[in-house]
Amino acid sequence: MAAVFPIKPVWDQPGSSRIPFWAYTDEALYKRELERLFYHGHWCYVGLEAEIPNPGDYKRSVIGERSVILTRAADGSINVVENVCAHRGMQFCRERHGNKTEFVCPYHQWTYTLTGDLQGVPFRRGVKQDGKVNGGMPKEFNTADHGLTKLKVASRGGVVFASFDHDIESLEDFLGPDMTAYFDRLFNGRKLTILGYNRQRIPGNWKLMQENIKDPYHPGLLHTWFVTYGLWRADNKSELKMDAQYRHAAMISTRSQQAATSEVTAGVTSFKSGMEINDKRLLDIVPEPWWNGPTAVMMTVFPSVIFQQQVNSVSTRHIQPDGHGSFDFVWTHFGFEDDTPEMTERRLIQANLFGPAGFVSADDGEVIELSQMGFEQKPNHRTLAELGGYGVENTDHMVTETLIRGMYNYWRKVMEI
Amino acid sequence: MNKLDFDTWLALNQLYAEYAAAVDSNDWDKWIALFVEDCDYRVQPRENHERGLPLSTLALLSGGMLRDRAYGIKETLFHDPYYQRHVTGAPLVEKVEDGVIVAQANYAVFRTKLSQETTVFNVGRYLDRIRITPDGLRFAQRHCIYDSEMIPNSLIYPI
Repeated sequence: MAAVFPIKPVWDQPGSSRIPFWAYTDEALYKRELERLFYHGHWCYVGLEAEIPNPGDYKRSVIGERSVILTRAADGSINVVENVCAHRGMQFCRERHGNKTEFVCPYHQWTYTLTGDLQGVPFRRGVKQDGKVNGGMPKEFNTADHGLTKLKVASRGGVVFASFDHDIESLEDFLGPDMTAYFDRLFNGRKLTILGYNRQRIPGNWKLMQENIKDPYHPGLLHTWFVTYGLWRADNKSELKMDAQYRHAAMISTRSQQAATSEVTAGVTSFKSGMEINDKRLLDIVPEPWWNGPTAVMMTVFPSVIFQQQVNSVSTRHIQPDGHGSFDFVWTHFGFEDDTPEMTERRLIQANLFGPAGFVSADDGEVIELSQMGFEQKPNHRTLAELGGYGVENTDHMVTETLIRGMYNYWRKVMEI
Repeated sequence: MNKLDFDTWLALNQLYAEYAAAVDSNDWDKWIALFVEDCDYRVQPRENHERGLPLSTLALLSGGMLRDRAYGIKETLFHDPYYQRHVTGAPLVEKVEDGVIVAQANYAVFRTKLSQETTVFNVGRYLDRIRITPDGLRFAQRHCIYDSEMIPNSLIYPI
């Protein structure tokens, strides 16, 4: 019998369809994920331009476990700097958002511009007393060498990404042409309006959230609302698409107006044929011109964010890992500048389906927590993601776990596992 | 009138106690019965409330939506089983106008999962508008504005 806790984890399965439990439980591996996925080679989500509309506006955000600040400088430029003082390392920005002309670390009042340049160091040239100068920084101390860590920034359609890695490819190359096209469908240049936030802490490995939105198998089974009202059902017209490296994906689906066929509901205990909504506003779906057909496009941009369009509800979902077994999941719901008051109200009411209390999303957090509990119990075991076979390919249906296999195909390469 | 007579004060306290008892005992019919039909029930992060952002974690804007939520809890939402326990502070009555009591109260909700210790689940204050009806006091509005920065995974039952 194999040890329950392998001393040296080895991926002993072919391909990427059987994922070892230790991929979710090993702390050293998690640190390597932070290093290789969040801090190198990947664009990570930090926020929306609409959150910092005016010069001086800032928003505290996070990449992996590193606190960063998204700012709009006096010249209108968008910047992302690390929230760690160059002097004594203090995480100086504690407010979540605000407007400032400069950042001041309270400890010794080192001051920085909103682009991260060090401006002032108290007592830099010493303090005069009895005709002599006491102390001060060494002569060769140069403020230009001691700014905040500045990140590379890419903004597209009002969405801001950043990277600690200044050698990273362009955002468009990172996304690839297919994913860029779906990104542009949602963020097509219209100004966004922020409707508000939801924050939840999910006690599971962060990858499980990516996998949840790369898994079209579960929505028509776990989520009664989806299956019963045809929002997400195995017989919906749908496509699954990935970038060339299989790290990002889009699940594209068009709501079925027809009654469910028996194959997709027979024996599915979550299907409630007699279920009627009392207040129809919960599903008052009005197609919008920019949809160009699909009623839902769920997009995973690896590793940090999910872009949601589910009928009239649109949001970004930011994955903020905290250790191997927990992550914070921050939802930013938005609308568009040309929304009528009725459309805004519709988006807000449909938000009842999503978020930590949502009719269809609350269960996702629950199954992630319980999966993590299973993994911790016996790290030597593995999951099985073999619906639709063993390979990785785009499909024109959703009866497959190809996107999860794609993600682990990529993960194994980058992680050298 | 800007002051409650003693009987109305007692009724208001009784309403708060009945509300806590209903949501702690999973008596969703009782919970719904404590609202008027054209009600406005929200669970909203303090952040959104104070910044004037309209999004709520839950926004149930009619008796029908309350019933839809109750059905969801009973029939459609999968979740790890848990008990909840409310502790509600004394009502702070702000004003009484046109048959409506405007009041608020602090609350704390504890969660107990099976085989686990009890934890603080959600803390905040209720912002209420309570209508004086022939059938007694009923909530026209209950906004649960919560301080808790993170929802511990998911929120299934009403606060």
